[in-house]
Amino acid sequence: MYPAAAPQQVNLVPIVRDDDVVRVRQAVRTAALAAKLSLVDQTKLVTAASELARNTLIYGGGGRAEIEQADNGRKRGVRVVFADEGPGIADLELAMTDGYTSGNGMGLGLSGARRLVDEFDIDTAAGRGTRITVTKWAR
Amino acid sequence: MTDMSTAGARIAGLLHERHDEIVRQWADAVTYAAKGRLTVAEVQSQVSEMYGALAKLVDSGSRDLQVPEAAELRAVLAELSRSRARRGFSPSETSIAVLALKDAVQSQVDTSDAGLLASFLWFSRLVDEFALFTFETYSRAREELIVEQGEQMMELSTPVIKLWDGVVGVPLVGTLDSARAQVVMEKLLQTLVDTGSAYAIIDITGVPAVDTQVAQHVLKTVMAARLMGAECVISGIRPQIAQTVVSLGIEFGDIVTKASLADALVHTLRRSGIELVRRAQRGEA
Repeated sequence: MYPAAAPQQVNLVPIVRDDDVVRVRQAVRTAALAAKLSLVDQTKLVTAASELARNTLIYGGGGRAEIEQADNGRKRGVRVVFADEGPGIADLELAMTDGYTSGNGMGLGLSGARRLVDEFDIDTAAGRGTRITVTKWAR
Repeated sequence: MTDMSTAGARIAGLLHERHDEIVRQWADAVTYAAKGRLTVAEVQSQVSEMYGALAKLVDSGSRDLQVPEAAELRAVLAELSRSRARRGFSPSETSIAVLALKDAVQSQVDTSDAGLLASFLWFSRLVDEFALFTFETYSRAREELIVEQGEQMMELSTPVIKLWDGVVGVPLVGTLDSARAQVVMEKLLQTLVDTGSAYAIIDITGVPAVDTQVAQHVLKTVMAARLMGAECVISGIRPQIAQTVVSLGIEFGDIVTKASLADALVHTLRRSGIELVRRAQRGEA
């Protein structure tokens, strides 16, 4: 085990207001630094977290982010879960299309976030809320 | 009801009778709790003011802070909490200024007098209510202070500066949320008109993460400036930001972007027909 970071410690950040997105970003940056991600990877993860946290707030009606150190035996990384109990995503394929938005954003948040991280898992259905798990590994 | 007013009457009598002792003891406790941040004179005037207003309310026999008789006391307490909130006192340090009155009065109560003791209990609940009121005003004052500071920071952190004749710069630092983006856009457009500038450089060196919202705000600002006939250059695109923006899929279209503010300035100068020439060293020509 690595002595620096306490393993299995989950940092839970509620996403209720606009400035909570900033708080999520800061928490993710701190975790990325602790996992020794490169500057580019830190920036990518923080940006992905920013997109997903804002989606949780705007489309999910608020929720939470769970940030934790990840370790697959060979590499260290950061895993972030975004969960809400909102309306869910009815047409996932459409939602993941570049440029499609049901709001007034650029339509790149969800699809762009997927490209910014190493692992992207989404669990959603209409009326069941949305749970997105992303992981970024240190190179 | 009669109980209450008699209860009030006994303590009211004591408050008048022992005025000097109670005020002195109260002021001592408050001065001690202030840890040297308030002068003795300041505390004494605050305490006497509170005591005067309070004695009036107790005389009226009312235990309600909402009655007209309590207006003066409410104003005094509100002023106390607000000034303390602004001077950085903690919530408990603020409410202790009111609660210390209980000890001061208690020390003057003859404990063998059951009637007076009951009266003191009544009074004690009254002081608790004052303390709660103080606490509420305190938090409200702190919230106002935070909002105020936030607004000041927004103003401070979005300057539009003249870089050259006809070239203005907007250095963005920190988080660019919708409210700030609005301020930036308004300021930039106004400065373009005021200075008659044809070029604007938006520098994002100080923005830690460029996500779709930031990009959207910047693009909207550029479009608005273009409508006014000005050309915008975006500078301060660091390597990690460039890679992230590409992965996200954001396109800046035909907008000129530069790595540094210096590059952007040279670009705009060239576009406006200014050539920068290094002076030849003496003896070279």
